[in-house]
Amino acid sequence: MEVKIKGMKKEDFKDNEYIDKLVDELKQSGQNVVVGKLDQLINWGRSNSLWPLTFATSCCGIEFICLGCARYDMARFGFEVARSSPRQADFMMVAGTIVHRMAPVFRRLYEQLAEPKYVIAVGGCAVSGGPFRKSYHVVKGIDTVVPVDVYIPGCPPRPEAMFYGMMQLQRKVKVERFFGGVNRKKTREDFFKENPLIAEEEHVKE
Amino acid sequence: MADIKEIIGKVCPDAIFEENEKPFAVVPDRDWHKVAEALKQSGYDWLNAVVGEDWGDEMGCIYYMSSSSDGAEVSVKVATADRENPMLHSVSDLWDCARLEEREVFDFFGIKFINHPDMRRFYLRNDWVGYPLRKDYDENPDINPVRLYHEQPDDVSVTYKEEADGSVKEEKVQVFAPEEFVVNIGPQHPATHGVLRFRTSLNGEEIKKIDLVCGYIHRGIEKLCEKLTYPQCIHFFDRQDYFSALMNEHCFCMCVEKALGLEVPRRAQVIRVMMDELSRIASHLLFFGTYCMDLGATTALFYGIRERETILDILEETCGARMTFNYNVVGGVREDIHPNFVKRVKDFIAIMPSRLKEYHTLVTGNVIFKNRLKGVGILSRKDAISYGVAGPSGRASGWACDVRKLKPYSIYGELDFDEVVMDGCDSFDRYLVRMKEIEQSLRILEQLVDNIPDGDYCAKAPKIIKLPAGHWFQEVEACRGVFGVYIDSKGDKTPYRVKINGTCLRLAGVVDHITRGSKIADLITIGGSMDYVVPDIDR
Repeated sequence: MEVKIKGMKKEDFKDNEYIDKLVDELKQSGQNVVVGKLDQLINWGRSNSLWPLTFATSCCGIEFICLGCARYDMARFGFEVARSSPRQADFMMVAGTIVHRMAPVFRRLYEQLAEPKYVIAVGGCAVSGGPFRKSYHVVKGIDTVVPVDVYIPGCPPRPEAMFYGMMQLQRKVKVERFFGGVNRKKTREDFFKENPLIAEEEHVKE
Repeated sequence: MADIKEIIGKVCPDAIFEENEKPFAVVPDRDWHKVAEALKQSGYDWLNAVVGEDWGDEMGCIYYMSSSSDGAEVSVKVATADRENPMLHSVSDLWDCARLEEREVFDFFGIKFINHPDMRRFYLRNDWVGYPLRKDYDENPDINPVRLYHEQPDDVSVTYKEEADGSVKEEKVQVFAPEEFVVNIGPQHPATHGVLRFRTSLNGEEIKKIDLVCGYIHRGIEKLCEKLTYPQCIHFFDRQDYFSALMNEHCFCMCVEKALGLEVPRRAQVIRVMMDELSRIASHLLFFGTYCMDLGATTALFYGIRERETILDILEETCGARMTFNYNVVGGVREDIHPNFVKRVKDFIAIMPSRLKEYHTLVTGNVIFKNRLKGVGILSRKDAISYGVAGPSGRASGWACDVRKLKPYSIYGELDFDEVVMDGCDSFDRYLVRMKEIEQSLRILEQLVDNIPDGDYCAKAPKIIKLPAGHWFQEVEACRGVFGVYIDSKGDKTPYRVKINGTCLRLAGVVDHITRGSKIADLITIGGSMDYVVPDIDR
């Protein structure tokens, strides 16, 4: 089993070890032939029609608009159209800074996304706080609030860099098992287990 | 216009006048409202900025006012020594824009304004502890952790009423009555252009009142600047109103240069102005695209972005980035222009008029488009001044408020271009002003592209920039209106206080006023025509 992405060769990606490791894990756990084939078919479909949520707080959002327009045109790779409602989107491009006041809103948006859901952290601010890391009102990386699948550094990242990150997400989707033990769901549970304070505080208040 | 000392001295004999770049007076708080009234009546009817500051021994505000017709300026400092319960008199009854500006000061410094109708937190959560821009603020993250539960909407506000005998009484005020039907729009909404939130009270389909909630992208840039040296601060100016990035940098650099008394070479001036105008066109093109998309015409976005990409290519070649340039430095610009620059700008000037014609055929003449815009969101000239709505939106209300003409900076005084002023006061004119400004910007570029003088692109600035003690205020005409920077220095490498007077807070602040009584669908039309950028509101 090999992960293939239309339009970009394997050797053009820079971090193949990670994906190879995931493939190995999948192979080791053994696979039913029928279910495995079904998995591949479904993942092929899913990875080629990932719809992003329009979620832009600052500068990176404008580069995201450019991504949707004629010159870069993300529809070519299957990111057909950006949806404004989390109910209709598959993944979230967190384009911009997340600040203290936005954090609960952002978390709610994440929870409103339908399963299976993914998060891409776009730009320095979303990855780590970026240039505003030392501020009193900025969340130092969105991975303290929600689990993140792909990080795209840059301030803002060029549209090409965004494509690279989005294709990495496609590769990740392709090595998932949709039937049976969905290995992704477990990591998300782990995340909330590791960050119990967040969940607890929210639970108490609501 | 009468002498400022005379105007202020008449109502307040205790006022102290100090030497500064602008007429500057220190007024005790008890006379401040009378002084403000007198200044407004004698022609200083435009409140440019309200700068809150903590001087250590006292806290207070500096108010910058100017005349809306000839740009004459005056600044007044009002301060209080009480740190436990600081109070100043509000001028929100004289200038409508002061309502939000004073709430901002309350949020950052904890100064309560007497007779202000609505004293709530503005940018920070209502359970935030402390006032972050005070010098003794504790930044320990344990005090204010990332709270992941939703804050309770505060429908009850407070006001501090002054009685006849001078005592101050705290009163509760309802923001929305319990029986009112309140719809929440934002912060995640495609038509608010970012993370802005309107709490809208409706009567059927008509808007009764809008409560503006900001701070969903408040990044505390002003506080961050206080820890950094002047050259290190510049990059933050790219990241507020990212469409007028180069103008904002220009403004900050000019303010520092003014304080240093540094002469900028002519070549650098020309390059800066050309970059400003290129980004103005790019910004208005994006406005055209996104505005039409808000109204349902998706195709226009692709047209607008197509030309914007051409400009971004030109800028990228010289500045090295598509959006956050960090191109201006103190004394000039970072790099000389790219050899291709002149040719590519010429190519762009050649194609742009035909493209504008295309836009007008595609969108401007469209009946549906016209019907949705004409007569919607009327903002009179008087209200525009009172709310401080300058820029293209103010000029659509017949107010000639272009800083490039009113108080020419850099080389704008020598250039031949028209200030676009229209008097339709509605959304359609706000749209049209921007389209016509593209033509004027092209005119400026045409004049400059063949006349870039030889010489240095950057003056020799000191290696370690230390500003003398004092404070300065500089304004430029950014894409959306007047953008101002206030710097207070104590003679160190780092600024003591930087206040960024963005344009968009006023643009968003006026939405409540002009949407009252119109249909909720028009909120999108009106908000879009104001063209605010949310990171510029929140900073």
